Amino acid sequence: MADTYDILIIGAGPGGYVAAIRAAQLGFKTAVIDREHLGGICLNWGCIPTKALLRSAEIYHYMQHAGDYGLSAEKVGFDTAAIVKRSRGVSARLNGGVGMLLKKNKVDVIWGEATIEAGAQGNQPGKVTVKETSRAPAPKGALAAGSYSAKHIIIATGARPRAIPGIEPDKKQIWTYYEAMVPETMPKSLLVMGSGAIGIEFASFYRTMGAEVTVIELLPQILPVEDAEIAGLARKRFEKQGIKILTGAKVTKVEKSADSVTATIETTDGKSQQLSAEKLISAVGVVGNIENLGLEKIGLKIDRGIVVTDGLGRTNVPGVYAIGDVAGPPMLAHKAEHEGVLCVETIKGLHTHAMDKAKIPGCTYCQPQIASVGLTEAKAKEQGFAVKVGRFPFAGNGKAIALGEPDGMVKTVFDAKTGQLLGAHMVGAEVTELIQGYVVAMNLETTEEDLMHTVFPHPTLSEMMHESVLDAYGKVIHS
Amino acid sequence: MPINVLMPALSPTMEKGNLAKWLKKEGDLVKSGDVLAEIETDKATMEVEAIDEGVLAKILVAEGTADVPVNDLIAIIATEGEDPASIQAPAAGGAAAPAPKAEAPAQNSTPGGGTMAYARVDAAPEGAKPASAPATGGRIVASPLARRIAGQEGVDLSAVTGSGPHGRIIERDVRAAMASGTTKAAPAPTAAASTPAAAPPKAAAPAGASGPVGLTTDQVRGFYAKGSYEEVPLDGMRKTIAKRLTEAMQVAPHFYLTVDCELDALMALREQLNKSAGTTKDGKPLFKLSVNDFVIKAMGLALMRVPAANAVWAEDRILRFNNAEVGVAVAIDGGLFTPVIRRADQKTLSTISNEMKDFAARARAKKLKPDEYQGGVTSVSNLGMFGIKHFTAVINPPQSSILAVGAGEKRVVVKDGAPAVVQVMTATMSCDHRVLDGALGAELISAFKALIESPMGMLV
Repeated sequence: MADTYDILIIGAGPGGYVAAIRAAQLGFKTAVIDREHLGGICLNWGCIPTKALLRSAEIYHYMQHAGDYGLSAEKVGFDTAAIVKRSRGVSARLNGGVGMLLKKNKVDVIWGEATIEAGAQGNQPGKVTVKETSRAPAPKGALAAGSYSAKHIIIATGARPRAIPGIEPDKKQIWTYYEAMVPETMPKSLLVMGSGAIGIEFASFYRTMGAEVTVIELLPQILPVEDAEIAGLARKRFEKQGIKILTGAKVTKVEKSADSVTATIETTDGKSQQLSAEKLISAVGVVGNIENLGLEKIGLKIDRGIVVTDGLGRTNVPGVYAIGDVAGPPMLAHKAEHEGVLCVETIKGLHTHAMDKAKIPGCTYCQPQIASVGLTEAKAKEQGFAVKVGRFPFAGNGKAIALGEPDGMVKTVFDAKTGQLLGAHMVGAEVTELIQGYVVAMNLETTEEDLMHTVFPHPTLSEMMHESVLDAYGKVIHS
Repeated sequence: MPINVLMPALSPTMEKGNLAKWLKKEGDLVKSGDVLAEIETDKATMEVEAIDEGVLAKILVAEGTADVPVNDLIAIIATEGEDPASIQAPAAGGAAAPAPKAEAPAQNSTPGGGTMAYARVDAAPEGAKPASAPATGGRIVASPLARRIAGQEGVDLSAVTGSGPHGRIIERDVRAAMASGTTKAAPAPTAAASTPAAAPPKAAAPAGASGPVGLTTDQVRGFYAKGSYEEVPLDGMRKTIAKRLTEAMQVAPHFYLTVDCELDALMALREQLNKSAGTTKDGKPLFKLSVNDFVIKAMGLALMRVPAANAVWAEDRILRFNNAEVGVAVAIDGGLFTPVIRRADQKTLSTISNEMKDFAARARAKKLKPDEYQGGVTSVSNLGMFGIKHFTAVINPPQSSILAVGAGEKRVVVKDGAPAVVQVMTATMSCDHRVLDGALGAELISAFKALIESPMGMLV
């Protein structure tokens, strides 16, 4: 048996590998176990490869509209295989990067499926059994399956697509993000079940590539976690692009034929309709990977599929921790990374505070982009805040006009009493790169006054962030 | 152009010093290297040398002046061609006029004056604003939101401990301070009670520091088996008690004086008074005096009889009071309050008794107003009801003493050469040596003992 590790992390996704590197920095003898890929879903089948696909779609869109910019492009077309190849290449490159980072930090990689046998008790370290896996070959230098022991075990096993009974993905006609990421040919028509970030990004990608796309959302609003006004503006843009959107709509049945699916959809008004398409993407959320880890055996507390933690990764079992998707929403890579660092620093005994989940931003990379942080206007009111709301349209911003992107809005929500920035919500070009300005502001606890005193560079889209704040206090200039 | 002579800084941390002696008089000729004056700090006596030639035109700070802030203008030298008589002191309280180059070097030349790292000190850089700089304390680092909420809610940020990066005060710290209710910005002393607002920042540092660095949570946990304990979060009261009493033990040098007080006369008088109490309309007695009521009254009167002990330490001075204010420790679930009986010397025993009943009831309900438990010169802590014979108590800052009262019990003592059974109560006073020396403390507790043993003195 190998030496006892200080920290053993199950799962090399963004939570796990970041925790591992931080642990190594803090002087812990660290290993990370994975069964399939370094970098996890995010890097291999999620955030990163979809951004590559969407970039192809974006450039394709510009080429089709080259005339708008005084340019000409003839015979504009695409090669599906090449688009997918590029996307896979991006993932492969970053996957290799994670391996290098782990090696550089002297983090051991163990390849296989892990089961926790016991958490640390007294002087006895915790035990983890790793079985061989056939999912993917071990990367070079990885340690083999076997028994391992560690003082601290961190569960960072992430999540997988949720499956709805009767509409289980079959990799052929009913896709999850895995299959949607690597199409052999572009489907001519597509149903997308679920309008969260994953559903909307694929809807946007495939629509841009020419598919007839229908999005079916159970709730009355697409992008249900976003501010209603922002989601409404986004919906208008999507519909203008030709995406059909059904809200308050439920897929009750799916029939498959050789080359198509037919979905029966019931809407809240009691009407029922049938829609057929080549493929259906099931994007109805993700569920934590808590199975086959031995969690029941060690008595780990789980609530509705989520490992219960104290916000710093600690579970009810001493010596066992959980971070990332498996430790609860929001199931976002950047939340997992931050939790991983917090967890390891807590183990080290550094002064840590559980992160404020209200200050975790969210980004959706559809066209137009959506980005937000903090409370929506409705949530703020629901929590009893008297709010001041600022809005600024892209149409009032010089840079946006110059870019040819006059559609969108930056919205800010303030607590009228204290001037605290409660939330910021944006829709439009490049807003995913803007939001962190507000995130920093929120974390530094700035008030409207500090934001007003901040000089924003001209000409940039960021000026809209300034104007939105000014608007909340009746001082807007360009609107 | 006249030369300004400024109070020199003899060490990097020096903020003020005493002007011990002028070695030159107004009108004296001075030349470079002449010793102008002697400056005293708590550590050493140093000399101020002239580095310019001229006539000492004006002495602005008289010798024997204590606590002259560094960079205050202390004298003016008229240079060649200037009429010393025409030189005027600047109007604004010692602040140097936009003087040219002001110089006040100091040299380590006095034997026994300690070793100074700085042989020469250019005390006033160009354009320096004397006096104002040392008076400003360390900047309070707080987020804009924390500042705004503190302003709106009247929270004194100087009494809030920051939990953000580098100790920055953030919203949650202000909210926590509001919840604990101990940091209202008020003229009365508060959580940072032993730090008078006027005290210079350096002097306040020991009290204002966030407490000693003890073991960390994890270090303490490490001593015990996991699962063998439960973790109880701290509430505001517990934090305040921990902070203030730690501070008291670190800052106030305690010494202890114990006396035995015979209670027989007091018990007899108490019985007589309680029997004579009239009744209210519904038949309840108008008062029922406890031994503790006599103790409070006796402490009040004792403070008035020993006025020098009716005082508290205020960092750079002592505050001496005209009335006797006696705090009384009231144990409540999860902590304690110390409501203060004002003018305990003047109030009748029945008034004190009824006031205490009201305080105790409202303390238990956590309904006391801050001005009811702030202030006081001394406190009484009575554990007699638990059968405690003798104990010592921690002074409640900014008070200067606390009386720990044990149980009254029958003891055999020698009286007139023969054993006698008398009722005796042991009382121990903790004294802050900065205010009370041993003899003064003894005087105070003796006055207390005399009143307890001859309780009629409390009725007149």
